[in-house]
Amino acid sequence: MPQGEYLGMTLTVLDLDNENLAYFQHCADHDFHLQRCVDPECDLLRYPPGTACPWCSSREMVWVPVEARGTVHSYGEVHHAIQPAFRERAPYMILLVELDTQSGVPTEHEALRVAGNLVDADGNFAGPDLVKQVGIGSRMRMVFADVAEGLALPHWTLDEEAEQPESPWRYPQEVNGV
Amino acid sequence: MTTDIDATADKYLRDKYAIIGVGETTYTRGSGKTTRALGTWAIKNAMDDAGIPASEIDGMMSYSGNDSTASPMLAGDLGIRLNFYMDVQGGGSSSEALIGLAIGAIEAGMCETVVVFRSMNGFSQVRIGGTGARASVPVGGDALHSAAYGWFSAGQNFSPTFMRHMYDYGTTPEQVAMVKVIHSEHASNNPKAYYKQRVTVEDVVNSRMICKPLHLLDCCVETDNATALIVTSVDKAYDYRNTPARILGVAGRVCKPRIDMHFQHGPISTVAGHYIKDIIYRNAGVGPEDIQCTGAYDAFTFTSMLQLEDYGFCKKGEGGDYVSSGIMRLGGERPNNTSGGHLCEGYTHGMNMIIENVRQLRGEVDCYCPQDDNGKRIHSYNYAEPSQGGGCRQVPDLEITQNLGWAMPGTGSSLIMRKG
Repeated sequence: MPQGEYLGMTLTVLDLDNENLAYFQHCADHDFHLQRCVDPECDLLRYPPGTACPWCSSREMVWVPVEARGTVHSYGEVHHAIQPAFRERAPYMILLVELDTQSGVPTEHEALRVAGNLVDADGNFAGPDLVKQVGIGSRMRMVFADVAEGLALPHWTLDEEAEQPESPWRYPQEVNGV
Repeated sequence: MTTDIDATADKYLRDKYAIIGVGETTYTRGSGKTTRALGTWAIKNAMDDAGIPASEIDGMMSYSGNDSTASPMLAGDLGIRLNFYMDVQGGGSSSEALIGLAIGAIEAGMCETVVVFRSMNGFSQVRIGGTGARASVPVGGDALHSAAYGWFSAGQNFSPTFMRHMYDYGTTPEQVAMVKVIHSEHASNNPKAYYKQRVTVEDVVNSRMICKPLHLLDCCVETDNATALIVTSVDKAYDYRNTPARILGVAGRVCKPRIDMHFQHGPISTVAGHYIKDIIYRNAGVGPEDIQCTGAYDAFTFTSMLQLEDYGFCKKGEGGDYVSSGIMRLGGERPNNTSGGHLCEGYTHGMNMIIENVRQLRGEVDCYCPQDDNGKRIHSYNYAEPSQGGGCRQVPDLEITQNLGWAMPGTGSSLIMRKG
């Protein structure tokens, strides 16, 4: 049973939670995978991990590698943290990153939007200078935070290879310098 | 929109059921009581309000997140013998849904008169904002994709929806702050409200940032309280003390596609009200233009705005203009949350906004206006604060109200009532 301490929390993937076991094992391998429906008429990826296909109800799927790059679709920026270990990391960003893969599919407003915190290229929580640079439209790539054997969490960092928007959209009011 | 307003039709059980009694405890932070004691206090107040004896109640329903006391305990305490009860898991938007289910239980012949209650120590026991003991629980399963990121409290969870609305439509912090400003005006005329102080837009946008885009004053107050209401059929409803609030329509826990907190189905700045409106207005036989007073769930300033917009009280994207226009102020065209709601009166997971609308429809809202010899209030309709010679919060000539219940961006409920 993958289990580890992470920012003061005990993270656990239960042995019977097959979908999350596979998902976080791939993350632990630093090789992002998602479930793909095997129905040839459907063939859609899904996130977060689930037990059937949200579009065709098929229970059959395979895990496939997915390019972990995308664009910030929206975010929250926490200044008053609730969980104890997050307090010293505030302000921290919760990013909702829309993957390039399957964006706008199968309908215009559907997409794979993968959550994560904003971290630097080494996986450390972003400081204020980095937080200030990121907003809706920022181009991101995934990095992983190792937690335990079989368990790592995906996070997001600015994609150095991508062209970044001149000024990504940020909430208009600056607080505590960000 | 207003087609098919035949109040005698059997269709959707329109106008066949009513709320005959409402009651609550004091709204406090630190009740010093169990949820069992709070629940019996609120239910007894609702019974006294209706003038209904325990022997004429035979159904009970409640909702909670394992932070309440179950119906059979409270029924036993109050001498109510139950033919039906059900205690369900749920928070915001459960109240409207349970009223619909109570109607269904009565219609099925399972019971005749149902109490719906919510009892919670939302400040002193299980903090609704997620602070305290709840902040350190182990994380597994689906929470590995949310709580592990410090994406945990309601405000944190909903923030991508709120932020995206600002991005999509240019909604400003100052516009949204007006929700709190207006609800605080209403609360100043509500003797029961936990926060009675009027605030300004500057107060809101200069208050401490919690989680962008939410300042402290964009967030509701956590309180300890219980709330209760009593549902029965219209043929019995007139046997009791008050003018019944007749139920025109209800919609319960309607969901967006792919109900999850990861926003796979957009536009994420659209909320469940987009889907609810197609059910609730059909069921009730009225449209938004017929609604004179709303109770749009205000866990946050944004939740009122998003719902009013998606139910069609204004065009999509114009919620910021709507809430800052003065329409929803007492004396405006369509007041919202005349008690002060969750932002000011107290947090009840939606019940207090229904209770308020029931009292509004009776024309007997409790405010600072003087009472006659029979205890009936002589309303001044002066909405200035009491120290300025006002103190009233009764909406004049009120016929139809609507409650807009929120669970999360993807789930909500609604209730439309008329004066009996």
